[in-house]
Amino acid sequence: MNIGVLALQGAFAEHLAALRKLGANGVEIRQRADFHAGLDGIILPGGESTVMGKLLRELELYAPIRDAIAAGMPVLSTCAGLILLAERAENNEKTYFALMDITVRRNAYGRQLGSFRTTTDIAGIGPYPMVFIRAPFISSVGPKAHVLATVDGHVVAARQQNMLATAFHPELTDDLRVHSYFINMIAQVNANCCQQQTA
Amino acid sequence: MDNRYDLNKNLAQMLKGGVIMDVSNPEQARIAEAAGACAVMALERIPADIRAAGGVSRMSDPKMIRSIQEAVSIPVMAKVRIGHICEAQILQAIEIDFIDESEVLSPADDVYHIDKTQFTVPFVCGAKDLGEALRRISEGAAMIRTKGEPGTGDVIQAVRHLRMIMSDIRRIQSMRQDELFQAAKALQVDVALVNYVHENGKLPVVNFAAGGVATPADAALMMQLGAEGVFVGSGIFKSGNPAKRAAAIVKAVTNYQDAKMLAELSEDLGEAMVGINEQEIKLLMAERGK
Repeated sequence: MNIGVLALQGAFAEHLAALRKLGANGVEIRQRADFHAGLDGIILPGGESTVMGKLLRELELYAPIRDAIAAGMPVLSTCAGLILLAERAENNEKTYFALMDITVRRNAYGRQLGSFRTTTDIAGIGPYPMVFIRAPFISSVGPKAHVLATVDGHVVAARQQNMLATAFHPELTDDLRVHSYFINMIAQVNANCCQQQTA
Repeated sequence: MDNRYDLNKNLAQMLKGGVIMDVSNPEQARIAEAAGACAVMALERIPADIRAAGGVSRMSDPKMIRSIQEAVSIPVMAKVRIGHICEAQILQAIEIDFIDESEVLSPADDVYHIDKTQFTVPFVCGAKDLGEALRRISEGAAMIRTKGEPGTGDVIQAVRHLRMIMSDIRRIQSMRQDELFQAAKALQVDVALVNYVHENGKLPVVNFAAGGVATPADAALMMQLGAEGVFVGSGIFKSGNPAKRAAAIVKAVTNYQDAKMLAELSEDLGEAMVGINEQEIKLLMAERGK
């Protein structure tokens, strides 16, 4: 299984390490030529959404990645990655791929002093250690997406078909269950597609 | 405390692969953010001007730092003098995202660095070699950067420091277990930190390059030598076209191994900062704080 990891800026190495532990092959996406056929999924990591959003456009990665996700490529997005996926953003903040039916609030917990760690249930996974670093949260979820986890009444994980988004950083803990969940999503997509081909 | 230190190291991880730019007013901060900076360093005078002006240089006016916090959505850092506990308390009170205990300012203490474990905000500190890096980490630094000579536009010292740190790491990695105790004594640090380096082949915190970076090629060089990101101080706003140069350096850090792209990025950037060679400098800031 080959999974692209957007490697423009941020904590992409941590996602690559998590994939390695699970036996999946992570591929760094730094420029257009890296985003080739043969990728089964993509991870949008944490970092600064303003930096990644700008580089996506300038390195001509925006359209191909958006098209692939819109066509059903499984995507795991964490923190800044969630901001990249969200259809709407509060306070007239910029949106990027705008594919997921959620509204995001950037820097929802304030500056670094507001960063925190907590353990909460994720639907389908169970209690999970969550690290929030200058994190966003999902302030509202539209009918196409559904909530997977909330912290203090705010949505911090959601899913919409092929799109999985978390406001926290599963790549910063040793708990690999979010990455396994994502790999299962990919396996299901691959299985469905093969069934269709044989049918 | 441990939890807070982990969160602070985690913030540094989010900055990796990025460029942190010195800015001295909200307008420059907005230019830096639009150009793709992953954080900004707010300071009244950039290092080149500090060097030119001489005299004692101190923490910036909190009002000026706040105006930059309001202008951008990315993390904002600011500098305190080495050992100046109180300047650090002030920056923590205005909820700065990162404190740089920096040799660029005049040191307040020539013996002791700040006990950074007593703070909830993260600190980044400079280091010329592995011992210095690990001593700062044992004092609570959540991020390390090289101490390349600031405000010179001359990258030689940053290169020297980064090469030294990386070769020290390789040396520790290749040691026998029973040699690590002596190594810890020589480095003047706890053996647990030396063990970490031995086992992981890296510092336990993120390591950036800083000092003298003026061009996309300089930034890419630092990345190829093993930096996890780059600080650019005077190099941007002392150049002819700051917005264009800043954007080019950001892209150079992402694609630091693609020489063809680096060639395109290096075109038409206008005047680079003039710079001073290291032999021409009277004040060696890297010698402040050991």
